[in-house]
Amino acid sequence: MSSEILKPTRRALLRNAAALGALGTLAAPAIIREANAQSSFNWKRFAGTKLDVMLVKNPRSDLLQAHEKEFTELTGIQVSSEQVPEQQQRQKAMIEFSSGKPAFDVTMLALHVQKRLSAKGKWMEDLRPYLADASLTSPDFDYADFAAGAVEFGKQADGSIDTLPHFMDFWMVYYNKEMFAQKGLEYPKTMDELVAAAGKLNDPSKGIAGFVSRGLKNANIPVWTSWLLGQGLETVSADGKLQTDGPEAVWAADMYRKLNKDYGPPGTIGFNWNECQTTFMQGRAAMWLDGIGFATPLEDPTKSRIVGKVGYGVTPAGPKAHHSALFGDGLGIARASKNKQAAWLYVQFMCNKGHQLAMIKAGAGAPGRLSALSSPEAAAGSRFPKQYFECLAESGKIARAGLPQIIPVTEFRDVFGVALTNTLSGADSATELKKATETFKPILEKSEQA
Amino acid sequence: MTISTSMPAAVPRPPSVAFQHSADFTPRYWLFSLPAVLIIAGVIVFPWLFTLYMSTQDWKIGGGPEFVGLQNFAELFRDARFIESMGHTAYFTILAVVLPIVFGTAAALVFHREFPLRGLLRTVFVMPMMATPVAVALVWTMMFHPQLGVLNYLLSTVGIGPQNWVYDPGTVIPTLILVEVWHWTPLVMLIVLGGLAGLPKEPYESALIDGANNWHMFRHITLPLVWPFIMVAIVIRTIDALKAFDTIFVITQGGPGTASETLNIFLYLQAFQFYKIGYASAVVVIFFVMIIMLSLLLLYARQKSKWNA
Repeated sequence: MSSEILKPTRRALLRNAAALGALGTLAAPAIIREANAQSSFNWKRFAGTKLDVMLVKNPRSDLLQAHEKEFTELTGIQVSSEQVPEQQQRQKAMIEFSSGKPAFDVTMLALHVQKRLSAKGKWMEDLRPYLADASLTSPDFDYADFAAGAVEFGKQADGSIDTLPHFMDFWMVYYNKEMFAQKGLEYPKTMDELVAAAGKLNDPSKGIAGFVSRGLKNANIPVWTSWLLGQGLETVSADGKLQTDGPEAVWAADMYRKLNKDYGPPGTIGFNWNECQTTFMQGRAAMWLDGIGFATPLEDPTKSRIVGKVGYGVTPAGPKAHHSALFGDGLGIARASKNKQAAWLYVQFMCNKGHQLAMIKAGAGAPGRLSALSSPEAAAGSRFPKQYFECLAESGKIARAGLPQIIPVTEFRDVFGVALTNTLSGADSATELKKATETFKPILEKSEQA
Repeated sequence: MTISTSMPAAVPRPPSVAFQHSADFTPRYWLFSLPAVLIIAGVIVFPWLFTLYMSTQDWKIGGGPEFVGLQNFAELFRDARFIESMGHTAYFTILAVVLPIVFGTAAALVFHREFPLRGLLRTVFVMPMMATPVAVALVWTMMFHPQLGVLNYLLSTVGIGPQNWVYDPGTVIPTLILVEVWHWTPLVMLIVLGGLAGLPKEPYESALIDGANNWHMFRHITLPLVWPFIMVAIVIRTIDALKAFDTIFVITQGGPGTASETLNIFLYLQAFQFYKIGYASAVVVIFFVMIIMLSLLLLYARQKSKWNA
């Protein structure tokens, strides 16, 4: 036999080929079944249903709405969607869910703000049974393709999956490569190096700030938490304790103050992301810490003076840890919806591999799927350089929640936002953080008891 | 045959049946006002009573109400941000009323005189008033940018250094007043101009004969005669300034820190950001009492300022 394999005769070859052919014929249905899995999935089973969808106003929602026609052709389900500005959407969601009868079947949730609210109010349907049901989930959906950090972000403490992590925003550092080259500097690897670089790049006589980031209360919290993550800490521990007035939190607040006050542009105390973006885009700042979702206009020649000069750096490592602050939106089904199964078809269709890739290709933000994040197709023909996609992928690996996962997130942002702003007016960081912690502690305790 | 042309003597007639009936129906005429009464009860009285009820509850959207009596009010008066926001509201309101009144009256005096292109210039002058407050706020925000805003560029052309405008706790409220003055001075000008147009000429002729100069005529004739119109402008501007929200929220969101947080911004945060409905209702009740008192004061002053008072 072995000699037959090594030196096959003509007869043996013919016999083996025939056997292989027969085996192939027997196996064909399985292969074809696999190949046709997508086409055999019954997308039409809820044809005629009408879904109401509430979206947040942003470029990603534009894409979802653009895919609606294709969805209706595939499923026969009619979709009526509206885009509501972010703040108003949060108020609308809160009021409608509290009423017990939301007027929508599907909505977006800002995971960094509404996640715990959703869990406490039992707003959303747990998607686990849907994912496990082969008759409801298309075989090519591949939930495992979502990045681990994104999946964790979309999950509740009890393991339920409220939403699919549709969009992720990683905090990183935009930097002006030309300014760095002029000073002979490399992109900093640590937070200490970043402060030193900001000092060297800061040149008020030429109207150039070494660093710019949000100073406006509420909006400024992620700047502080980005530095705090470098100490390996979040603002609220896993067991619900505030970690906002310890030496690590004070160190992060001091860093926030130094960068914004000593190396920031004038008026940074009132800057939100848009003022920072304008400052950086006009070549008036060497570095800008913010979400990667704000990159699009930087590479637009009609808006930016620094097209082609923008570097995309992963948030540098802190003294004890290396993380990128994570924010994101999830897409899920209202628990009170009467069309949950049809809504699930909508959610999985809008979060499939193709549409997640379309998001990154359109420059509308970072999708939750790894296949889209690492796709060569995403970079090909994109206005963004290779470094942008590398930054996305690297940030995705070290991402950690940028805001505490608590119910009163907005109050947290307000109270600590004011404390941080006060440090820019000269107040002592430790005193301000202690005061803010004392103010916020009863609010947090009450929210957990209620 | 003589024909009497005299009117027949009036003979007292007994009340007609119809009249008696109409007298009987009088109470039923009240029914005509019922729709208006119901609407007012539905959209004014009920919300007000409900707000009063909510102000006595510890109520957060998503949870149930719990009666706490006057605890929300007690907590409010211990809340440093609430007290601070009352101070900001007073500061903002006083300047946002006084400055447009002064500039608007001055502008009305100018536009009351005849000069070339007066109609065109008057139209240009009232244009800010036509703009949408949020759009105005967005444009001003761009102009206030400390590095890239046009205002600092204009200052630099006359040798003045850059200012931080709304990006500095010390200058934020005066800068917001600048926007208010620009936006609402034309309204005051129009009201006062209307008053000036209706003034009689005789007092001025008499004053000229008596040797009065322009200042005397303004101080002793124009100002007293036009004062009722200025009072109307003061009432309107006070109401507008007290309820100012859109421009402040768009430009500063109450910041930097809490430096421009007025009562309205504080209220918005409590109600629509923190969803503390009970606490926010207590703010509304206090604000309502303050507005009622101020309105009564202004209405009394307006009544006193009438020409025939």
